[in-house]
Amino acid sequence: MTTYHELDPVEAKIAARDVSVFYGDQQALDRVSIDIGTEYVTAFIGPSGCGKSTLLRTFNRMNDTIANARVEGEVRLDGVDIYRSDLDVVQLRARVGMVFQKPNPFPKSIYENVAYGPRIHGLAVNRTELDAIVERSLRRAGLWDEVKDRLSDSGTALSGGQQQRLCIARAIAVDPEVILMDEPCSALDPIATARIEELIGELKGRYAIVIVTHSMQQAARVSQRTAFFHLGRMVEYGKTSDIFTNPREERTKDYITGRYG
Amino acid sequence: MSPVIPLLLVLGLATVGWLVARARARIFRRARPGGRLDSRPQYHAWFVALCAGLPAGLFALAWSAFSPGLVVMRVLQAPAAAALPAEGILRDAILAEAGALATRHATGAFHPLARTLVPAFEQAIAHYAQVGLAVTLLLGFATGTWAFLRLRPDFRARTQVERMIMAALLLASLAAILTTFGIFASLLAETWRFFRFVPPGDFLFGNHWSPDPMADVGPVATDSYGALPLFWGTFAIGVVIAMLVAIPLGLMSAIHLTQYASPALRRWVKPMLEMLAGVPTVVYGYFAALTVAPAVRRLGEALGLANPSSESALAAGLVMGIMIIPFVSSMADDAIAAVPAEMRDGSLALGATRFETIHRVLIPAALPGIVAGIMLAISRAIGETMIVVMAAGATARLTANPFESMTTVTFQIVAMLTGEGSFDHPATLSAFALGMVLFLVTLALNFVALRVVLRFRQAYD
Ligand SMILES: Nc1ncnc2c1ncn2[C@@H]1O[C@H](COP(=O)(O)OP(=O)(O)OP(=O)(O)O)[C@@H](O)[C@H]1O
Ligand SMILES: [Mg+2]
Repeated sequence: MTTYHELDPVEAKIAARDVSVFYGDQQALDRVSIDIGTEYVTAFIGPSGCGKSTLLRTFNRMNDTIANARVEGEVRLDGVDIYRSDLDVVQLRARVGMVFQKPNPFPKSIYENVAYGPRIHGLAVNRTELDAIVERSLRRAGLWDEVKDRLSDSGTALSGGQQQRLCIARAIAVDPEVILMDEPCSALDPIATARIEELIGELKGRYAIVIVTHSMQQAARVSQRTAFFHLGRMVEYGKTSDIFTNPREERTKDYITGRYG
Repeated sequence: MSPVIPLLLVLGLATVGWLVARARARIFRRARPGGRLDSRPQYHAWFVALCAGLPAGLFALAWSAFSPGLVVMRVLQAPAAAALPAEGILRDAILAEAGALATRHATGAFHPLARTLVPAFEQAIAHYAQVGLAVTLLLGFATGTWAFLRLRPDFRARTQVERMIMAALLLASLAAILTTFGIFASLLAETWRFFRFVPPGDFLFGNHWSPDPMADVGPVATDSYGALPLFWGTFAIGVVIAMLVAIPLGLMSAIHLTQYASPALRRWVKPMLEMLAGVPTVVYGYFAALTVAPAVRRLGEALGLANPSSESALAAGLVMGIMIIPFVSSMADDAIAAVPAEMRDGSLALGATRFETIHRVLIPAALPGIVAGIMLAISRAIGETMIVVMAAGATARLTANPFESMTTVTFQIVAMLTGEGSFDHPATLSAFALGMVLFLVTLALNFVALRVVLRFRQAYD
C-alpha cells in the first residue's frame, strides 16, 4: 500500500514495521513501515491530521504520555525493539532527542536549560565537564556566540528563534543518536527559519534527523528523503528529489503541487 | 429616625412620575408620522421615575443617618440640658436613655435627668422628621419635574436610563471597597483609644499578657498588655504547626492530582478535597477538642511529659493544618496545571523521569503560584478562631513546647470582647488593637500573594 522508490541500501538506525497507532478507538496511523538512516535528513510531509507527529512520537515513545494512545507493530532502534517491556524509556529518550513545534525552554537560565539533560543522566562528573558539554552543545546549535556572555539569563528571555536553537542545544547535550523535529520552524520568522535550516544541514550525518514540516520548500531544502502521509497511511517514500520531481502517486502529486484541497 | 415613611412616599412619587411620563411618551408617539420614538415609552417612564426617586431616596437614607446627630445638638440647646454633667460616659448614657424613651424604645430610665429631656427630644425629633420629609419630597418633585420637562419625541431616554444603571452598578461595586475602608476606620479609632492607655511599644513587644477587665479604668498596668505571647501562639499554631501539615500534604495531593491521577479519579477527588474547605470551622473545632486534643495528650504522656495539658498548640495546629490543605492544594494545583504541557513534554523527551520532571521543572515553574497559595493559606490560618477557641487554650505563654496550651490573637479578641469589662476599658479596647494587627498582617499577606500570582500569570500568557 505504500509506494517505495528505489533507494541505496543503507543501515537503518530506526526501522518501523507495520506501525499502527490508536487514540482510543480512533486509528491515527495505519501499518506504516519505514527505515530511517543516519546519513541523511528525512522529511515527513502531508496534510494536517495525517499522523506525522504521531509516527514521530512512536520513535521516542512520547505517545506513552498520552493516556489513551496504543501502539501496534514494531519499532527498532539499532535492531532492538523499543516497545519491549523491559526497555528503559529514560535510556531510549536519551538516545532519541526531540525538538517541539513551539520552543519550550524551561524557565531556568540558558546554562541550566542545556545542563538539564546531562545532569539527569549523570553525563558530567564535575563542573568543568558540564561547562564543556554546555559550550559544545551551544556551539553545535549555533547559539554560543550570541549567548556566551549571558549564560545565566533566563532561557525564556531569548527570541523565538534563539529559544528554538536553545532547545536543539538542549537535545544535543545528552548526545543523542537521533533527533526528531516536529515542525521546528512553524513558530519562527523567515530569518530564524533559515538559521535553523542551516543548522540542520550542519547536524546532518552526525545524527539521524527526522523533520516534520508543512513547508514543501523546507522539505526540499533540508531533506534527502521524504515520506508523504495521507489519512494515517504512508503513501509514498523515496529520495526527496524523486518525490518532488517525479511522484508516482496521484495524491502525492496533488499535495506537492498545492492542488490538495 | 426611620426612613421608611419618606422612602414610601418617594416610591409613590416615582410611580406617579413613571405613569405620567409613559402617558406623555405615548402621546408623542401618536403624534409622530411613523409612530416611532427614539426610545420606547417605557424608557421615558423609567427615566422620569429614576430621576424623581433616586436623589430623593438617597437623601432620605442620608437624612436618617445624620438627623440623630442634629437632634442631639438641638436637645443640648434646650434649657433642661443645662443640668447634664459636662463630659463623659454619664452624659452620653443619659442622652441615650432620653432618646430611647422619646422614641418609645424604652419605658423606664435609670437616671431621673433622662426623663426631663424627653420633651426636648420629642420636639427635636418631630422637627427634623418634618424637615427631612419636606426636603425629600421637594427634592423628588423638583428632579422629577426637571426630568419630565426634558421629555421630547426625540429624547434619548434609553441612553440616559442605561447610564443611570451603569452608575448604580458602579456604586454597588464600590460598596464592598467602602466597607473595607469603614472597617479599617472604626478599627483605627478604637485602636487609637487603646493606645492612649497602653503605649504601642509595650503592646507590641511586651511579653506578658494578663489584662484584667475588672481593674479600675484609671492608670492601667501597661506591663500586662504585652501581646508578644499571643503573636507567638498565633505564629506557632497557624504558621509553624499548621503549615507543617498543610504544605506537604497539600502539595503532594496537588502533584498527585495533576500528574498521576486519572481524569476519572481527579473528577472525584478534587471536589471532595475542596469540600473540606466548606466544612464549618466549628466542626473542625469539635474534632480538635474531642478527638485530636486527647490523642495529643496521650502522646505527650507516652513521651514522658509530666502532666501534659488537655489543650495544646499541637492539637489546634494539626487540625488547622488539615483545614488549610484545600487552600494549599487547590492553589498549587492551579499553578502546576498552568505550567504549559510543552514544558513537561520537553523534560520527558530528554529522558527525565516523571518525578524528575515534577521536581526539577514543574514545581520550580509553578513556585510563585504555590508560594502565593501558601501565603493565602497562612493568612487564613492566623485569622482562624473557632479551632483555637476550642482546642488551643487560654494561657498566654511564650513556650516552644507544642504540648502546652498557647493562646492566639483571635482567641484573645473573643475573650476580651465577650468578657465583663466595659466597652471603654483598655482590656476590651485591646481586642481592637489585636484585630488591627491581624488585619494589617493578613492584608499584607494577601496583597503580596496576589501580586505574585499576577506576575506569574503574565509570565505564561
Ligand atoms: N492526543 C490525542 N488524542 C486523540 N487523538 C489524537 C491525539 N493526537 C492526535 N490525535 C489524532 O490523530 C490524528 C493524527 O494526528 P497527528 O497529530 O499525528 O497529525 P499531524 O499529521 O501531526 O497533523 P499536523 O500537521 O496538524 O500536526 C488526528 O486525527 C488527530 O486528531
Ligand atoms: Mg503534528
